[in-house]
Amino acid sequence: MKDKLKAIREEALAQIEQAGALDKLNDVRVNFLGKKGKLTAVLKSMKEVAPEDRPAFGQLVNETRAQIESFLDETKQKLEAQALELQLKSEVIDVTLPAKKNSVGHRHPNTIALEEVERIFIGMGYEVVEGPEIEYDLYNFEKLNIPANHPAKDEQDTFYINKEIVLRTQTSPVQARVMEQGKLPIRMIAPGRVFRSDEVDATHSPSFHQIEGLVIDKHITFADLKGTLEEFAKQLFGPDTRTKFRPHHFPFTEPSAEVDVSCFKCGGKGCRFCKGSGWIEILGCGMVHPHVLEMCGIDPDEYTGFAFGVGLERIALLKYEIDDMRLLYENDVRFLKQF
Amino acid sequence: MNTTLSWIKAYVPDLDCTAQEYTDAMTLSGTKVEGYVAADRDLDKIVIGQIEKIEQHPDADKLIVCQVNIGSETIQIVTGAPNVKVGDKVPVVLDGGRVAGNHDGKMTEGGIPIKKGKLRGIESNGMMCSIEELGSSRDLYPEAPEYGIYLFPEDAEVGADAIEALGLHDVTFEYEITSNRVDCFGVIGIAREAAATFGKEFHPPVVTPTGNDEQASDYIKVTVQDPDLCPRYCARVVKNIRIAPSPKWMQRRLAAAGIRPINNIVDITNYIMEEYGQPMHAYDYDQIAGREIVVRRAKPGETFVTLDDQERHLDENVLMICDGEKSVGIAGIMGGENSMITDNVTTMLFEAACFDGTNIRLSSKRIGLRTEASAKFEKGLDPNNAEEAINRACQLVEEMGAGEVVGGMVDVYPVVKQPVRIPFEPERINALLGTDLSEEEMLGYFRKIDLGYDPETREVIAPTFRQDLFRTADLAEEVARFYGYANIPTTLPTGEATTGKLPFDLRVRQIAQEIAEFCGFSQGMMYSFESPKAFDRLLIPQDSPLRNAIRIMNPLGEDFSIMRTQSVNGMLTSLAFNYSHRNKNVRLYELGNIYLPKELPLRELPDERMQFTLGMYGEGDFFTMKGVVEEFLDKLGISGRRSYQPEHDRPFLHPGRQANIYYKKTRIGYLGEVHPTVAATYGIGEKAYIAVLDMPEVTELATFDRKYEGIARFPAVTRDISMIVPKTVLAGQIEDMIIQRGGKILESCQLFDIYEGAQIRMGCKSMAYSITFRAKDRTLEEADITAAMKKIWNGLESMHIEIRS
Repeated sequence: MKDKLKAIREEALAQIEQAGALDKLNDVRVNFLGKKGKLTAVLKSMKEVAPEDRPAFGQLVNETRAQIESFLDETKQKLEAQALELQLKSEVIDVTLPAKKNSVGHRHPNTIALEEVERIFIGMGYEVVEGPEIEYDLYNFEKLNIPANHPAKDEQDTFYINKEIVLRTQTSPVQARVMEQGKLPIRMIAPGRVFRSDEVDATHSPSFHQIEGLVIDKHITFADLKGTLEEFAKQLFGPDTRTKFRPHHFPFTEPSAEVDVSCFKCGGKGCRFCKGSGWIEILGCGMVHPHVLEMCGIDPDEYTGFAFGVGLERIALLKYEIDDMRLLYENDVRFLKQF
Repeated sequence: MNTTLSWIKAYVPDLDCTAQEYTDAMTLSGTKVEGYVAADRDLDKIVIGQIEKIEQHPDADKLIVCQVNIGSETIQIVTGAPNVKVGDKVPVVLDGGRVAGNHDGKMTEGGIPIKKGKLRGIESNGMMCSIEELGSSRDLYPEAPEYGIYLFPEDAEVGADAIEALGLHDVTFEYEITSNRVDCFGVIGIAREAAATFGKEFHPPVVTPTGNDEQASDYIKVTVQDPDLCPRYCARVVKNIRIAPSPKWMQRRLAAAGIRPINNIVDITNYIMEEYGQPMHAYDYDQIAGREIVVRRAKPGETFVTLDDQERHLDENVLMICDGEKSVGIAGIMGGENSMITDNVTTMLFEAACFDGTNIRLSSKRIGLRTEASAKFEKGLDPNNAEEAINRACQLVEEMGAGEVVGGMVDVYPVVKQPVRIPFEPERINALLGTDLSEEEMLGYFRKIDLGYDPETREVIAPTFRQDLFRTADLAEEVARFYGYANIPTTLPTGEATTGKLPFDLRVRQIAQEIAEFCGFSQGMMYSFESPKAFDRLLIPQDSPLRNAIRIMNPLGEDFSIMRTQSVNGMLTSLAFNYSHRNKNVRLYELGNIYLPKELPLRELPDERMQFTLGMYGEGDFFTMKGVVEEFLDKLGISGRRSYQPEHDRPFLHPGRQANIYYKKTRIGYLGEVHPTVAATYGIGEKAYIAVLDMPEVTELATFDRKYEGIARFPAVTRDISMIVPKTVLAGQIEDMIIQRGGKILESCQLFDIYEGAQIRMGCKSMAYSITFRAKDRTLEEADITAAMKKIWNGLESMHIEIRS
């Protein structure tokens, strides 16, 4: 019996060794361990064994079975690993083939620049406010210290609806509207569309966008204005950006300034974007004129503030090196998808 | 405004800086220099030479060979110039030098290098040049010959720098002067700023008394009938005039400022206008009838011939200078032909007046004539400057021997302009600037620019030429300019903290952008104004309220003349632009306002409504567009009671493929296929689709509040229902019925099949829905489902729908 078992084991192990494929391996399992298998047959012949020998015999059968099973499992794992390897090899793809893209739309470069500016000022505690695009002359000019017949009114090439109503030439009227509401302190930016009667060409558009900024509080200083706009410029154009404040004149601020930033294309060495100067003019600003505060019901002895106005297109055109303003309104998808 | 460096230096003799240093420093102290041009930038190695010998070129009829003494040596130069003779002193460019341009006046950037060489076999070691080759013109150097080499006067020093002799070692600065600094429209004003900026002494011209024993008032009487339009009128008289060219120094200064020298009298008036910023006018005294000047408004319909020989049409808002009989000039704009100075003039009347700036500006606009003088007057000049200017002019007349100045001045100046006194509050200036400057420092800055100070009253006294100083903030700017904006510290605002925020409607707009972009739409930007023809292109009927658009009074043309009342034209125009550029599968969106007037003509501001407009052609259809709308509304929590009503009231859309979008009872937008005729009009050769959502309505309904409702724990039961439906019944109506009848346990109903065709009887369609029921709190029993389905069946049958299963 012992020898028989040994022979079965040897035979089984040899067959497992030679199986070479998972289905063959299963045949081996059935042949030896199945209901009609050779080892099962041996077990069935137990009754022919003397009762006293039966435990030892049983043990021997079980050992044999365990050995066969363990070798079967081992071989199965090996074969499975081989099969997987083969499958993976056959599934190699050319990863440089074109991607299957979800065709996502693109945001207008103006909006991208605007969102950047909004993000910076919201981070500094500013609220975004909007005002009407068709505006009373009163807000667009008079409340900003630009009375009737003021030359600045001519300079701005205003579109008129009638004597009292204009297409706003600047976002500054939102300043007056917010100040009039009398909720102090104020920290706001007002982005929006403005209009001037310039013929359309590569550098002019009768409609463009500005972002107005206004801060009114006790003890606001020109130094605060400088600090705020320096921070803005660094966040928008990079941490190495330098700013230059030049005296200027606006009717609704005093003192007033124009602000240049070190050219963000060449870093200030001089290039075609900054016309060799190393500086790019980006905005106008100043301390809110006391008369403007008075007209809006704020006591200039108690409150001071600063205001600034940024041309959005100016930033977008420079930042993205767009050389023709007309592209912004043509909406050619070949243009838009570059942003 | 332009000045030369040499003219500034005439009043700030210690000024010692390069053109770039001047540009930077002046700009930072508030006198913005836009740029500068060095007159000698393209001139190099040019000396004064004297021609000693001229011979005919052996091989060329038109060339001569000159021996030219250039001081250190005599060199041979071949030239074709017709005008030189032995003894002439001429500008000579030496070998390796440069000239600015050709003799025909064409300039070459960087100049033209001159090398020695041979001309028809004869050696030439340089070039003699014309005024044009030196980068200038006969307008500015009238003594230069019309064709040929420039000739220096006999006393010119041979071998000396010719550029220097011509006054071309100079720089012209171009300034951007802001409207508040009227004083800086004259060289003196800018020189004062330059002196203060560089901390140098300022030496303005010293005006000395002039005139003989006679009195101007015996020659002329001046009456100002409209003192509000003419606050001051100064007149002086010069007799025995000797018209001649003005001296070279004056010619050079005018030339460098771009003004053509004419004769001594004209040059003096131009010179004063540059120097003082005060325009002057010279009348031929013998043409002034009645020996009197009357300043009055023009008569209605009056015409007048100005000295440029043009007839001008005037109205009673235009101020005129008249004599006893007739008009002799348009005040502040241009004199008349009838009284202009000619070469035969013997006695003249000098006028230096001050006119109302606004009136001059408006008159100049109405007449259509803007002159150097009107450009200055319209800024609103200082009346106190006029007297100084006219006296300076008379001083120049005497110095130049141009005539005999009559003593005295006729001065009509009823209300003398007084300096403004401003309380000096150094602590407030520091508080505004964020600085910590001493009183002394501030007063030092004020002194530099001729602001007075009264220590008794502690007031700063702003001279009348500074018309921009009224209050402390103005003084703060003066302090800041000279302390230096760069030296002011940088801080961030302190005080009560504020929270940054994006208002709700802007958040909704951002969702619109995100959804549109996820769905493949790119953002466009359209004009707010458009052509009224847009209505015709969109087939909008004549009586449609959409045609009640706001008109711009002064549009850029008919194509930009009305404020849009719909956003479709802009979208279709952009789609068409893409189509004509062969872009495939174009999807665009826009967020922009339309402008709906409450009444016309406009009395109050219109309703500006932000429209979210989507447009596409190429891949996709009506339902693709509808999908974008649904995604958008879902994202804003506007789900549930949405409906699409088929309508055909929008003429620019396909009558059978358009719908209004409702939420409950509110119409929030519409969508549809563009009418084929309209698409063709715009030039879009494919089916195009449009959706427009009215953002104020959408924003009103939108919410970002969400509540977690749990993930369903009990199983769902699904029943399919197949039916034959009359074509007139819409899917939306069926769904409404299922939702209404399904009750609380209805989870969803989904159309999964729709078919129209041969197997279905005429006028009907086959539709199949999958209806899902689920309860939150229990497993549904068969009875629940059966009851609900029965209700649904009954409902559908009432709509003449035949249930098949």
